[in-house]
Amino acid sequence: MSENKLLVINNISVVYSDVIQVLKGVSLTVEPGQVVSLLGSNGAGKTTTLKAISGLLKPENGEVTEGSVLFDGKPIHNHSPETITRAGIIQVLEGRQPFKYLTIEENLRVGTATRWGKPYKQDLEKVYHYFPALTKRRRTLAGYCSGGEMQMLVIGRALMAHPKLLLLDEPSLGLAPLIVREIFQIIERINREDGTTIVLVEQNANMALQIATYGYVMENGKIVMEGRAEELRENPDVKEFYLGMGVAGTKSYRDVKAYKRRKRWL
Amino acid sequence: MTKKNRFNSSERCKMDFFIQLLINGISIGFLYGLSAMGFVMIFKSSSVLNFAHGEVLAFGAFLFLALVTSAQLPVWLGFLVTLAGTFVLGFVIERIFLRPLIGEPLIQVIMLTVGLAAMFKGGMLLVWGGNLYTYPDFLPEGLGISWGIVQVPPVYVAAVIIGSLFLLMFGLFFKFSSQGIYMRSVADNQTAALSLGVHVRRVFALSWAIAALVAGISGIVLGIINGINVHELSSIGLKVFPVVILGGLDSIGGAIIGGLIIGLLETFTGGYLSPSLRDVVPYIALVFILLVKPYGLFGLVEIERV
Repeated sequence: MSENKLLVINNISVVYSDVIQVLKGVSLTVEPGQVVSLLGSNGAGKTTTLKAISGLLKPENGEVTEGSVLFDGKPIHNHSPETITRAGIIQVLEGRQPFKYLTIEENLRVGTATRWGKPYKQDLEKVYHYFPALTKRRRTLAGYCSGGEMQMLVIGRALMAHPKLLLLDEPSLGLAPLIVREIFQIIERINREDGTTIVLVEQNANMALQIATYGYVMENGKIVMEGRAEELRENPDVKEFYLGMGVAGTKSYRDVKAYKRRKRWL
Repeated sequence: MTKKNRFNSSERCKMDFFIQLLINGISIGFLYGLSAMGFVMIFKSSSVLNFAHGEVLAFGAFLFLALVTSAQLPVWLGFLVTLAGTFVLGFVIERIFLRPLIGEPLIQVIMLTVGLAAMFKGGMLLVWGGNLYTYPDFLPEGLGISWGIVQVPPVYVAAVIIGSLFLLMFGLFFKFSSQGIYMRSVADNQTAALSLGVHVRRVFALSWAIAALVAGISGIVLGIINGINVHELSSIGLKVFPVVILGGLDSIGGAIIGGLIIGLLETFTGGYLSPSLRDVVPYIALVFILLVKPYGLFGLVEIERV
């Protein structure tokens, strides 16, 4: 079943500090070459799902207690981030975390940690080709770059590792709409030109569903809806709750009683 | 005529004394800076204040002593073996004592280093006792500089050479080598480094190993200058505190400058005021510098973009 799937998550539960259950039976699959987006409001468990894949739960005292995560058919849940990154999964953390006191180029070089000792000049050129804005700032400390440049930097840094699966956590967070558009175009190009499979966690459902092939909607630590991106875009619930459109496009303020119309799947 | 001559010579004497103190201060300062560098390295990568630093420094000095006297190794080989030995010691300390504590509150880790300090000091007292030892004379006389009446003993020249050599090496290592960049990335943002596959535990181990190695080097050279005594040498670990706080706890360059300042202050106080004040004045200077620059002279001021 999982032969042509790059990543299979089977019914996982994640518990922090042995008591706080955040994910309750999440399953999803990612096929090679896809862009899969994971939507949902704050606290739905999107970031936790990504961390369960990349192994970054452990430093936060979290653990996959049930279920399994298979990458290329091999179980990777609860493995250390060192082994998971070397298998080809790189997560780009939420909220742009460059190494502030390293220059842009040094930041990019940290991305080669999984391939220590191998040549990296060509990869640098590739990243500068995707993100020309970084080229002229390569000797600047990353801490002094603009938000957009930082986001480009952290995505570029992840590309240096030649990921098979790239996990992007809210790349649009706190950026101007024009920059968001630019970054999504580049994400699409990375997927198309390098064939990198991408899992994209987003609040900006509109943008995410434009470049995704498949989407999942999370709510309260569960997956409540899934489908091809076009289908999700047309779904009335998704439209109302995540795309900010009323059922009939526009509606009068008299009808805006959000508390009355509950999300049906809860 | 004779009067004028005598005046000149006393003036010259003062000048020579000044230069002598200056050179002594710089060489001692380099050594303080070098051992402070190891301390800063551990602090930068894992935020741990290593209270056992002075003991590791003393261990380096005693290991070298044992190798050149008891084991009768040639000096250069003894030096290299000491470097390797302290490097391994740092590695082992991290592996056995600190790794199990990763993720525990920092205060526990710091208390552990206090315990380590007591343990090492006790162990060394058990083996070598509290006596003062000296190394056999092995530095070539030609290394000394005699410049007019100013005499610089070979040890001080050696201290400056070794100090600057290792500083340069580590500077290049951190700036250009991949491993050095990984180490800086861990110091900068541990989670982000982890997400990119940087072997964080390996970086911790490496920083302890390098720190122990530079402590060992300064232990040897300080041992040549002052003689080797467990209490004397391990108390230099305490002197590292004003040095690093002065330079900024997280700046390797600052550790060197801080070391030079404390070294110079010490020797000048000892020379012009009173030898009994030499341990006090650095702390007084520290208070005043911190009043003006609370992050230390070269401490990183948090880059805060809003």
